[in-house]
Amino acid sequence: MEWKWNKKLCLRCGGCVGVCPKLALELTEQGLEHNKELCAYCKICEEFCPVKAIKIKK
Amino acid sequence: MRDIIVVGCGPGGSAVAKYLASKGYDVVVYEKRQEIGAPKRCGEGISISGLKKLNLELPSYCIRQKINGALVYAPNGKCVEIDYGGDAGYIVERKVFDKWLAEEAVRAGAKIQAKTCIKEVVKENGKVVGVKGEFLSEEFTERCRILVAADGIESKISRMAGLNTTINPLLVDSGFQFEMVGIDIPDPRKIYLYFGNKIAKRGYVWIFPKGKDVANVGIGILGKSEKSAKEYLTEFIKSREELRKGSILEVNAGGIPVGGLLKKMTLDNFLVVGDAAHQVNPIHGGGMFEAQFAAKIAADVIEESLQKGDTSNKQLDKYNKEWWKQRGNYLKKVEKLREVVEKFSDDDFNFLAEELEGDLLIEFTRGKGLTTLAKILLKKPNLVKLARALL
Repeated sequence: MEWKWNKKLCLRCGGCVGVCPKLALELTEQGLEHNKELCAYCKICEEFCPVKAIKIKK
Repeated sequence: MRDIIVVGCGPGGSAVAKYLASKGYDVVVYEKRQEIGAPKRCGEGISISGLKKLNLELPSYCIRQKINGALVYAPNGKCVEIDYGGDAGYIVERKVFDKWLAEEAVRAGAKIQAKTCIKEVVKENGKVVGVKGEFLSEEFTERCRILVAADGIESKISRMAGLNTTINPLLVDSGFQFEMVGIDIPDPRKIYLYFGNKIAKRGYVWIFPKGKDVANVGIGILGKSEKSAKEYLTEFIKSREELRKGSILEVNAGGIPVGGLLKKMTLDNFLVVGDAAHQVNPIHGGGMFEAQFAAKIAADVIEESLQKGDTSNKQLDKYNKEWWKQRGNYLKKVEKLREVVEKFSDDDFNFLAEELEGDLLIEFTRGKGLTTLAKILLKKPNLVKLARALL
């Protein structure tokens, strides 16, 4: 499984962090940090993103 | 040891800090970003009646545009005009407004620190007792009697503290916005709202003027749509000559909680306000007033708790009760309306635009007149079921 973040598209709005049921995302100065251990690859963040900056491959 | 630590310096965080500092408590607000109020995740509209309820008199430099009406468009272009009969709202400049709110909090005695990231909620015996953070790469630990989470849609502080604020993804609208200049706005004293499933699935497109040729042009939609919010908005703008020629000054995005109100917003030594607690009007997505109003209720409850020397969940529960009494039950009613509106087809919107008067629309956004709406819906056979949901 692969979680991909397009930092050129991302607007750092933090909505994905809010909808993530697993607390697997964090918005830091470096950008969006993804915790592989916590992620359920449920695609909720991908569906939410207003600019589709997240892509998940199952 | 602080009396109160607030995480997040948006309108909710600043308001909690201001109220409590003015009562003489030792309050600090930590803001993750390097600048308060920017980048915005907001259409920047707020009602004058709301500001009155908050006892806020904005300095004129916060206000970009006074609003006295709204033009609501059905998918077929039919427009319903809402006339507020005078100035009813402002489009503010969030970057300036939020800083002013923060300044007011500091003038009341609070301390505010930007570029401070809270990394951990410190707990002892399962109870919140402070935070671990970082300010300009310098780490610190600080204890407090009460921690207030006002950290916006991300709502990580609550979840770190042990309060589950994770929202059902179907109740978060995906928001996207351009601040544009060089566009034609027929009347900058009106806000413009466009409905329709092809335009904005579940939500709407808004144009909130900040002058005669400047506006926030934005969209909020159900996240789980075929196209992204960005794509819907880009198509809308392309289809309109008056917008197409404009330039882009800002690109904004955000998550808008349009439901999922929390019954429980407290823990021992802890409570949550604003977007982080999904305190947003479910029909229009506005959150600035709700956050600040909840902050006032929270501050009153915190003051009482600190005076009594009891900051337990049981004592703070008064905030849950008061908020639901004063706002929650009302917002729940508005949410019911949103649930009905999101089921409308384009044909239904067109039908309603013929049937509805502007005055009635104002009532709806206030959670009133729902019986009247139900009666209108009963006229169209496919809407009978939805009408029943309102009655």
